[in-house]
Amino acid sequence: MTAITQERIQAALRGLGRFALLGREAFASLITFKLAWRDCLYQMYFIGVKSQSVISITGAFTGMVMAAQTYFQFHQVKMDTATLAVVGVSMCSELGPVLTGLMIAGRVGAAIAAEIGTMRVTEQIDALRTLATHPVDYLVAPRLLAAHVVVPLLTVESIAVGIAAGYVVGVYLLGIDPAYSWYNMLKYTDTDDLIMGLVKSFIYGGIVAIIGCYKGMNCREGAEGVGQATTEAVVYSSITILIANFFLTLTLGRLLELI
Amino acid sequence: MIEVRELRKSFGAHRVLDGVSFQIEKGESVVIIGRSGCGKSVLLKHLIGLLQPDSGVVRIAGEDITRMDERELIRVRQRFGMVFQGAALFDSLTVAENVGFAFRRKKDVPPEVVRRKVAEALEMVDLPGIENKKPGELSGGMRKRVGLARAIVYQPEIVLYDEPTTGLDPIVADSIDQLILRVRDRLHVTTVVVTHDMRTARRVGQRILMLHDKRIYAAGTAEDIFNSTDPVVRQFINGESDPKDVYF
Repeated sequence: MTAITQERIQAALRGLGRFALLGREAFASLITFKLAWRDCLYQMYFIGVKSQSVISITGAFTGMVMAAQTYFQFHQVKMDTATLAVVGVSMCSELGPVLTGLMIAGRVGAAIAAEIGTMRVTEQIDALRTLATHPVDYLVAPRLLAAHVVVPLLTVESIAVGIAAGYVVGVYLLGIDPAYSWYNMLKYTDTDDLIMGLVKSFIYGGIVAIIGCYKGMNCREGAEGVGQATTEAVVYSSITILIANFFLTLTLGRLLELI
Repeated sequence: MIEVRELRKSFGAHRVLDGVSFQIEKGESVVIIGRSGCGKSVLLKHLIGLLQPDSGVVRIAGEDITRMDERELIRVRQRFGMVFQGAALFDSLTVAENVGFAFRRKKDVPPEVVRRKVAEALEMVDLPGIENKKPGELSGGMRKRVGLARAIVYQPEIVLYDEPTTGLDPIVADSIDQLILRVRDRLHVTTVVVTHDMRTARRVGQRILMLHDKRIYAAGTAEDIFNSTDPVVRQFINGESDPKDVYF
């Protein structure tokens, strides 16, 4: 193994170690109620309220496309009224949580990394520490808790808007029977699908917040360092969400006895 | 009050401090001088536990802080106030919220007491009535003063200053020097100033330590240092560059 490869592996392992320690500190801060509650409320507003439009638009157009594509295939085998059922199941268990997670990674993960990264390079994090405040209590724990609480709520909003938009496209644009559509949707979309989506979104919220905070707190000096931290926060959050989604689908499917 | 023994610190392969030792007594006013990039700020950050050394000991009131974790250090840092080179004010908060930051977690201090203490601290740094301004609305000198108000509002025992006059015009720099003396005399704090501004060093330092070649090269009263005949000390005090050398 070359020295450069060895060094890269060591750097990656050190990074993983720091990430694990940050996660442990944040968890400890949450369970001991050391976090700054006022900041937590502000973060809920920032992550939740300010993401409404982007989440609604994403949910709506995903539901509409899903309805149209499903209808194109199902119409050929005379299964038009099952269209909304497919939209319901896929929005609840997969598209709702994953797309919400990805959109939050882009909007919130980037903002968290940029804000904390700028605080780091301008010595504001050091200033926090000199003022006898643990940076994890003040910066990480409120964002983590807020994301854990708010992302599932945004996912529910995305699912509802997606199904409603799918219904509008299916019924009013493609002419599917509304009563059978609704009946089939309720019949095939199970509570377990929704539970799966909510559990996933709870975890995705945590992924976005903790990776954003980690990248911000460990960013390199200067504007370039902050820019790189921001990009990495979005890329790593998105990839982690997509990989985690596969394993969560299998695990939750087994736990909820869907497979 | 502060004891540093055989402190060593490297960043990667680059050694910054190599066996730094000194002691600062309670109520003393010490200035650490040295060329840019010689490790003065790194040394200052070790005193408050913002950096951990590779080896060596930093004792604050007899307690070794070098192996403490972040939560243990919170207790020790309550003894300190620190003024940063760029002030490091929190952009998203107002001046009042910045200055009163240390009281955020103290539920036993009523808001009106916090307001009064903030007003008193701002009064002490000659900036009364700017509580509702944001840091972005302040000049460099005002930011430094607010940074100082934030550092002294909870009456710490030790105040650390990292390049307090860098980037300020001579008149504002002089007023900051006066302020450091005022804070020292009124609050009876131990003062540690890191600077390469000789006017500040002469005015503020009861004792001066010169950091050179990764260790304390010279130490003494302001008079001793400014009357020193050592060529390295003289060159630094007089600010003379050697045409044969390249300086960074």
